Amino acid sequence: MDSNSRLFAQNGDPAFPKIVLPDIPDLSRIEVYEANGGYSALKKALGMAPEAVTDEVKKSGLRGRGGAAFPTGLKWTFMPKGTEKPKYLAINADESEPGSFKDRQILEYNPHQLVEGILIASYAMGITSAYIYIRGEYYKWMMILQGAIDEAFSRGYIGDNIAGSNYSVNVYVHRGAGAYICGEESGLMESIEGKRGYPRVKPPFPAQNGLWGNPTTINNVETITNVPAIIWNGAEWFSKIGASKHPGTLLFGVSGHVKNPGVFELPSGTLLTEIIYNYAGGVIGDKKIKMVIPGGSSMPPIRGDQLDGVKMDADSLRTVGSAIGTGGVIVMDEDTDLTSVLLRVAKFYWHESCGQCTPCREGTGWIRKILQRICDGGGKTEDLDLLNRIANNIEGNTICALGDAAAWPIKFTIQRFRNELEEEILSKARAKSAA
Amino acid sequence: MFTEENLRKVEEIKKRYPTAKAAVLPVLWVAQEQFGWISEEVMHYIADLLGVPFSHILGVVTFYTMYNRRPVGKYHVQVCANVSCMLRGADNMVEHLEKRLGVKVGQTTPDKLFTLSEVECLGSCGTAPMMQVNDDYYEGLTFDKIDRLLEQFRDGKGDHEGKRAEIRTQNEESKG
Repeated sequence: MDSNSRLFAQNGDPAFPKIVLPDIPDLSRIEVYEANGGYSALKKALGMAPEAVTDEVKKSGLRGRGGAAFPTGLKWTFMPKGTEKPKYLAINADESEPGSFKDRQILEYNPHQLVEGILIASYAMGITSAYIYIRGEYYKWMMILQGAIDEAFSRGYIGDNIAGSNYSVNVYVHRGAGAYICGEESGLMESIEGKRGYPRVKPPFPAQNGLWGNPTTINNVETITNVPAIIWNGAEWFSKIGASKHPGTLLFGVSGHVKNPGVFELPSGTLLTEIIYNYAGGVIGDKKIKMVIPGGSSMPPIRGDQLDGVKMDADSLRTVGSAIGTGGVIVMDEDTDLTSVLLRVAKFYWHESCGQCTPCREGTGWIRKILQRICDGGGKTEDLDLLNRIANNIEGNTICALGDAAAWPIKFTIQRFRNELEEEILSKARAKSAA
Repeated sequence: MFTEENLRKVEEIKKRYPTAKAAVLPVLWVAQEQFGWISEEVMHYIADLLGVPFSHILGVVTFYTMYNRRPVGKYHVQVCANVSCMLRGADNMVEHLEKRLGVKVGQTTPDKLFTLSEVECLGSCGTAPMMQVNDDYYEGLTFDKIDRLLEQFRDGKGDHEGKRAEIRTQNEESKG
């Protein structure tokens, strides 16, 4: 890579490296990507032992960007070695968590770095087929991605004996068809296999029993897009960016009542207030904030009067009783009607529950009905206890995490905004009886 | 039922997976491209084509919301109504569309030009409110923008049927 290379944070402010969304025009074209050093990390990786590649990712401290923040390198080591079975990589581009719109930016502006990351990850784990599962609505981004894959194929980066090595791998795009649950890794695999996206009971875990019963690793788009930069610059470089236990940059997608919504790539551990006020331009009309959901609609909300000092990384958010999720920050101003927001969220989980587990299938329906009654003016303050009880009966009692995702916004909003919710319930009931 | 070109696509799709069943979703997409919706007849056809039970195809089609089980208008207007869009006025956009099109959510205009749907989060939260019409996203909606778009659609512009190239498969073709 020459001195003009700008990929993998080679040029630019070392305090604010742009690892996954570098500011390089037309980067989605392979000539531009290569001219900036693209695919040199793949060549470097192909010159290393596969175990050394995994080890580098492990040492970097990279954690999954899809919601659970699980250590990526560790996940790769779960893949069995010396097996005769085919091994698979599945990339989760099913981005459907309300408030999340970050992977789409990678697909649009830097698809080759995703492809390069897929190839490096595949080499590290001895994988011969990778499937990118993209949500059906992302038609435009699927076309861009397929274009990038075709370009990489025509340059010999995908297919047989890639980049002059004796390693061969294929990369396929698999289009979803509108089901949030297919973002859950085992639902995703069922969907690739051509079935309804019903999550599987775990164990067995995907590394033992994944696609068609074979060892499979599932990684998020943003996670994998970090890999080329880690291989190129080394684990130590990456591990020093941002929060030490959750290093690197994160893509923060800010939406809701802010002046300048968008996706911002910033070091992990950046202050939530800095993201909202410096990058997203602050609140429309300079109103106060009532509530912030920090990581997509499933994550527990934070009160607007408790935002000071909150840092955006997995561990810091856990200490304030929330979670990083997908880094989708939803900002709600002081005039936001929380019961309407909860009803909207509840409708979503009710609609997206796959129906396998009774607590989730029935519980999400009851939560929706009660919130609808509240919003129609027929609520009582005791309904909050009832909602809480239903949420508690869903949480932890289902095959997959959708149950928890449906329960948390209800449970934690009630816990943290009880007074506000009671006032809304009473005022809606008063408005109804006055009418 | 499939055109010859689509039959060729099916063969290419099957090569991507170790089982024929895995081709069900992509082949249903091919069907929806050709017919606009998935009828029971089409489901039987695909079941025979892939050697998969009809009940399995039916199960898949009824699980995924994007497969149309009824014919939709030439322009399928799908408005995101989830939280981020709601905070930026999605409900007003839906009302406006209902007024302009003269139909309620879930209905198709009598001239079969428009079907109006409300959908879940489309991953466009930073440019809310937004809607998807057929394959394309229209973001940062205002009443004016909606009116202009509807006008264009009625004039036959913004009709992207011509450029709905099937996902390129150069990758597989050149391998031959």
